[in-house]
Amino acid sequence: MSSSSYPAPTPKPLVGSGKTEKTSRIDPWWGLVAVVVALILILNFASPDPYNRILVFLQEGIWVTVKITLISFLLVLVLGLAVGLARLSKNTILRGIATVYVEVIRGIPMMVQIIFWYFASPAIVQEIGTSLNNASLANFRPDGTTMAIFGLTFGYAAYMSEVYRAGIQSISRGQMEAARSLGMTYFQAMRYIILPQAVRVILPPVGNEFITLLKDTALVSAVAVPDMTRRGREFQASTFIIIETWVMVALVYLVMTLLATRLVSWVEKRSKFER
Amino acid sequence: MEPIIHIENVHKWFGTVHALQAVNLDILKGEVVAIMGPSGSGKSTLLRCINRLEEFDEGKIIVDGITLDSTKNINAVRTEVGMVFQSFNLFPHLSVMDNILLAQKVVRKRGQIESENKARFLLEKVGIPDKANYYPLQLSGGQQQRVAIARALAMDPKIMLFDEPTSALDPEMIQEVLDVMTDLAHEGMTMVVVSHEMGFARAAADRAILMDAGQIIEEAPPEVLFTNPKQERTKSFLSKIL
Repeated sequence: MSSSSYPAPTPKPLVGSGKTEKTSRIDPWWGLVAVVVALILILNFASPDPYNRILVFLQEGIWVTVKITLISFLLVLVLGLAVGLARLSKNTILRGIATVYVEVIRGIPMMVQIIFWYFASPAIVQEIGTSLNNASLANFRPDGTTMAIFGLTFGYAAYMSEVYRAGIQSISRGQMEAARSLGMTYFQAMRYIILPQAVRVILPPVGNEFITLLKDTALVSAVAVPDMTRRGREFQASTFIIIETWVMVALVYLVMTLLATRLVSWVEKRSKFER
Repeated sequence: MEPIIHIENVHKWFGTVHALQAVNLDILKGEVVAIMGPSGSGKSTLLRCINRLEEFDEGKIIVDGITLDSTKNINAVRTEVGMVFQSFNLFPHLSVMDNILLAQKVVRKRGQIESENKARFLLEKVGIPDKANYYPLQLSGGQQQRVAIARALAMDPKIMLFDEPTSALDPEMIQEVLDVMTDLAHEGMTMVVVSHEMGFARAAADRAILMDAGQIIEEAPPEVLFTNPKQERTKSFLSKIL
């Protein structure tokens, strides 16, 4: 591998290199997004009753779904990293706590976790508050959306921590050794050397987690959060329009996940290594 | 003269393997020591113990007056000791320039201009001033290893450790790395080099050491060790690599 085989005097910048050669063509998968969007529009305009009515009714729910997904995912990225690092820690206690957390969370259905956070955990706080004669704890009534975000974050961080862990472990040990031998601390080495490389490795699974999380937000409809699924159920209950409602709900979810997939692969392409 | 590296009765176990067995070694300031030996003899392990990339189980190592015990001391020693690895270990996501800048900034807290001047000076010194904006994987092995040397030198180390720096290189690239190392030796850098490059040892080393089975078998000036070894083990080892 000699440098003379690289005629370019200056290398292409790392970011933005995805804009070259064949990748400049529009990704054909955008076609699928366009088809689904077109289908929604056609239904909406060709048959406004019930499709337009459904869309209007779903609208608020769409925003709730998007909001819960984005907030939870950001929190999952942070908490997952903390747990992932704890899993790799030399400290036995820290590692033990993180391992138990991951194993327990992964063994309980997401649905049960969300119900637990919304119904059971406030009850526990209230009982503690009653026994301590603490009025503010005894009357603890959390907001449904907050607890839903909490539950999703707590649940997904366990999976995400494993993604981080695998990504960090995939970086050769020599990278950490080189950084430490230059006098960097463990956290400096993580921040400047290991994580920037690990992020490139874990982008596909992180993207997967994002899309799965987006779909799993439908579970929060079980705890009175007015997300898109909940709105769909409400619409069905009040109008008895069943097929059209769920066709529309399914199509809107599909647009969101397809868009998320495109976004993920776009980010992936932009962050490839320069070789 | 006080040795800059003092290794006293160091033991190291990998599970049941006794990798280092009561190793004693003093290295003086400005001295260049070449360590040879068959694979598994403990030579790399010994080298890695000097900046605590490997922990030892018994004994004492003092580097430039600092005992390797607390985390703080280990980091202090590491900023004074540069290390060059067999597999280069350049940071592939950073340009050559950034590879050399990063530790200067975050560890030595140097400013951008000062760090950059230092980096350019060192790239010139290792003979690749035109590669500053390339990424490591765009360079040949020999060029990568020279960048790695420049990266270590940017920290102004008092000691340089080389762990088989040419073993992963194509034959025609070995010399360019050895030339840089020889220059460095002649400038008075204290160097500990694990390598089988006898040519380098003859040209630059003050002392050659043969290790086997976790022990130092023989040490002498390279010329003496290569031409007139005293130990049978040294003779049989040299007959194999010559």
